[in-house]
Amino acid sequence: MIYLDHSATTKPAPEVLKTFQKVSMDYFANPSSIHSAGSESEKLFKSARKQVSELLKVLPEEIVFTSGGTESNNLAIKGIAYAHENRGKHIITTRIEHPAVLQVCEQLEREGYEVTYLPVDQNGFISIEDLRSAIREDTILVTIMHVNNEIGSIQPIEDIANLLRHYPKIAFHTDHVQGFGKLPLPYEMEGLDIVTISGHKIHGLKGTGCLIKKRHISLQPLFQGGSQEQSIRPGTENLAGVVSFAKAMRLALNHQREYQRIKTLQQKLYEQLSNHSAIEINSPKHGAAHIFNFSVLGFKPEVLIHALAEKDIFISTRSACSSKENEPSHVVLACGKETAAESALRVSMSMDQAEEDIDLFIKELFKTIQQYENIMG
Amino acid sequence: MKRIYLDHAATTPIHPDVKEAMHQVMDESFGNPSSIHHFGRESRKRLDEARMTMANSINGHYESIIFTSGGTEANNLAIFGTAYANQDQGNHIITTQIEHHAVLHPCEQLEKEGFDVTYLPVDENGLVDIMDVKHALRKDTILVTIMFVNNEIGMKQPIQMIGNLLRSKGIPFHTDAVQAYGVEEIDVEELKIDLLTASSHKIYGPKGIGFLYKRDGLNLIQRQYGGEQERTFRSGTENTLAIQGFKKAVEVLQQERDERIQHYERLSEQLIQALNNRQIDYAINGDLSKECHVPNILNLSFEGMDVEIFLTNLDLSGVAVSSGSACTAGSIDPSHVLKAMYGEDSPRLRNSVRFSFGMDNTEEEMEQVADRIENIMNRLAMNN
Repeated sequence: MIYLDHSATTKPAPEVLKTFQKVSMDYFANPSSIHSAGSESEKLFKSARKQVSELLKVLPEEIVFTSGGTESNNLAIKGIAYAHENRGKHIITTRIEHPAVLQVCEQLEREGYEVTYLPVDQNGFISIEDLRSAIREDTILVTIMHVNNEIGSIQPIEDIANLLRHYPKIAFHTDHVQGFGKLPLPYEMEGLDIVTISGHKIHGLKGTGCLIKKRHISLQPLFQGGSQEQSIRPGTENLAGVVSFAKAMRLALNHQREYQRIKTLQQKLYEQLSNHSAIEINSPKHGAAHIFNFSVLGFKPEVLIHALAEKDIFISTRSACSSKENEPSHVVLACGKETAAESALRVSMSMDQAEEDIDLFIKELFKTIQQYENIMG
Repeated sequence: MKRIYLDHAATTPIHPDVKEAMHQVMDESFGNPSSIHHFGRESRKRLDEARMTMANSINGHYESIIFTSGGTEANNLAIFGTAYANQDQGNHIITTQIEHHAVLHPCEQLEKEGFDVTYLPVDENGLVDIMDVKHALRKDTILVTIMFVNNEIGMKQPIQMIGNLLRSKGIPFHTDAVQAYGVEEIDVEELKIDLLTASSHKIYGPKGIGFLYKRDGLNLIQRQYGGEQERTFRSGTENTLAIQGFKKAVEVLQQERDERIQHYERLSEQLIQALNNRQIDYAINGDLSKECHVPNILNLSFEGMDVEIFLTNLDLSGVAVSSGSACTAGSIDPSHVLKAMYGEDSPRLRNSVRFSFGMDNTEEEMEQVADRIENIMNRLAMNN
C-alpha cells in the first residue's frame, strides 16, 4: 500500500497513540478539579503546554489548545473580527486559502465585513505590493496561509510580518497547517500574531491542534463556558489529546531534517511528469517539498484516482474538506490555469516517504494513462 | 491509604471496553472520512455507524446528530446557533438560574448582543416550576434552554412537561443533558426535545467529543465554518478515534445502565446510612425522591464546615469530591445553584459538598468515606 494523501490526514505515530492511551487511562481526572487527582492532571497539562511553548519558542500563555485546524482558523478570524469591529471591518486574505479560512471570511462578509481576496501569480504566490496596496485605515486582520494545501506554494510569511509590524492595529494570522513540521516559521517574530497548527496532519490525532496567539492580541471566543484556556476556549481540557499533540509536534520537528530528501523526491516527480505530453504541472518549482499537484489533461481526476487505488496507491484531488464537490480547484483556477483546474490531482508525502513509493507511483501512473489512451484510441 | 474518587460528575475514567475499542481502531482506521479513497471510505463507514448508535440512543434520526468537541461546544452551538437563526422572529430566550456555565455564559453574551434573556428561578429543591416557564413565554421567545439534570445537585427538571408546553407553542427547546445521558433513558420524540447536548467524558468515554442532537428541519446557524462535515453544521475533520470511543461508551452504557443506576442507589443509601450511624450532622441539598433526582449525585451540607478546609482535608485523606462544577472549582466561588435554591445568605453556599458516584465505587468505600469525614470533623472540632 502506498499512501500519498498526507495533506488530507496522516497515520498517527505509534508513540503518539501510546501517549494518548497512557494519559487517557492514568490521568483521567478533570484538570479543573481541585482534588489531588485533578491537580495531577493539571500539572501534566501545564507541562505539555510548557513543552509546546518551548518547541515553538513562544510563551506558555500564548498557546491555546483547540479541537483542530478548522476551529483554530475560525477562532483566529472570527475572534479578531468580533473583538475589533469598532476599529474597522476590513479583512485581507488570498484567493487560495483553505475552506476553513475562505468560508469564515465569506460568512463575515454576510455579516457586513469587507474582505479583500488577494490574487496569486501562476505559481500561486501573492505579491507583497498587492498586500501593501490593499491595506486600509479600517483593516483589522490579514490572514494568509503559509503552505498551500493543494499546490504547495509558500507565501512569504516573514516579509508579510515585517510589513505588518508597522501596522499595530492589524493582526496577522497564518494558517500553518501544511507548513508545520516541514518549513518552520519564526513563531516568536514580531508581526506574526496568530498561527494555526493541526495535529492530524503531523501524525498526531484528529481533534487536536492549537493556536499561537501572541500576548498582546485579544480574541473574542467562539464558545462561552468555563474559564479553561484563559476563557478563550472553554470546555473540559482534552488532556490525553493535548499531551499526544505535544508528542506529535516534537516528532514532527525531528522529522523536519528529512525535508531535503523529500525535496529530491518531488524534483523527481517534477522532472519525470513534466516530460509526459498529457501532464501539466500545477505546483510551483519552488514550492513545499511534500505537496505535488498536476493535471492529466483530458482525464477526469476520479478515474485516475480509482485506477491507482486498484493498485493500492492512494492520491487525491485536493482538500478532503471539499473533495465531494465536483467543482474545479479554486487554487489552480486562481493560478490562471482553467483547463488544468478541472483535472487537478495531488500527491502529498510524509517526511518518511520511501523513494520506491514515488518510483512505483510514477510507473503506475504512466501505465494507467497509456491504458486509457489505448482504449480511447 | 486507598484513594476514593467520588467526582464522576466532573469526569469519568475510560471504561476498559472503550479503551479496547479505541485500541482496535487506532491501527485500522486513520483515513479522513471526507477522502474518496479506500481509507476515507473505511473511516466514513465507522463514522456513519457511530452516528447511528448516537441517534438510536435517544430515539433520534440518523441525520440529527452533530458531533462536536464536547458538551461546551454543543451547548454553544445550540444556543448561539438557534438565536442567530431565529433573530428575525424575536430576541427573547428563556433559561434557568441553575444552568451550567456553558449555557449561562452564552446567554450572557447574547444579552450583550441585544438579546433578552429570562433566568427562571428554582424552588428550594432546585426545580423549575412549569407555570413559571409558561408565564415567561412571550411572542418573541425564540429559544428555551433548560438543563435535564443539574450537575451540582442532581435534580431532574420536568422535561416532559416543558417539552409538551413548548412543542404546542412551536418554540425550540434545548436541554443540556450532559449529566442525564448516563443515567436516564432519553427519548427525544416522547419528551419533545428539539436540541439536546451530550458529552462523552461523563459516561466513561474519551474527552474532546460530544454531540448535539438537532431535530430535523430546525434552523441552526453553524459556528465553525470551513468544510462540508456534519452537514456543514460543524466543519472540521471528524475526530474519528474519539468518536469510536464515544460509540463504545454508549453501547456499554445501554447494556449496563439499569445495573449502574441500582449500584448508584445502593452507594448513595450506604453513604447516608454510614453518616447516620456515625451521627454526623448533615443536610441533603435538594430532594432525593427518584422521580426528581438522579442517584449518582449526592450534595450534602455540613453545618459549621468551611467547604475549602473540608475539601482540602478530604483530599488529604484520599477522598476526591467537589464543591460543584469543576469548571468553576479552580477557585471556589459560592455555588450559583445553591444560591438560586437557598438564597444568597444561606450558610449552605459555604458548607456543601458534591459526592458523585461511579461504577467502580464500592459500598465498602462509602463506609471509609464516612470514617474519614468523621475523623476530619473531630479533628477540626478539637482545633477550634
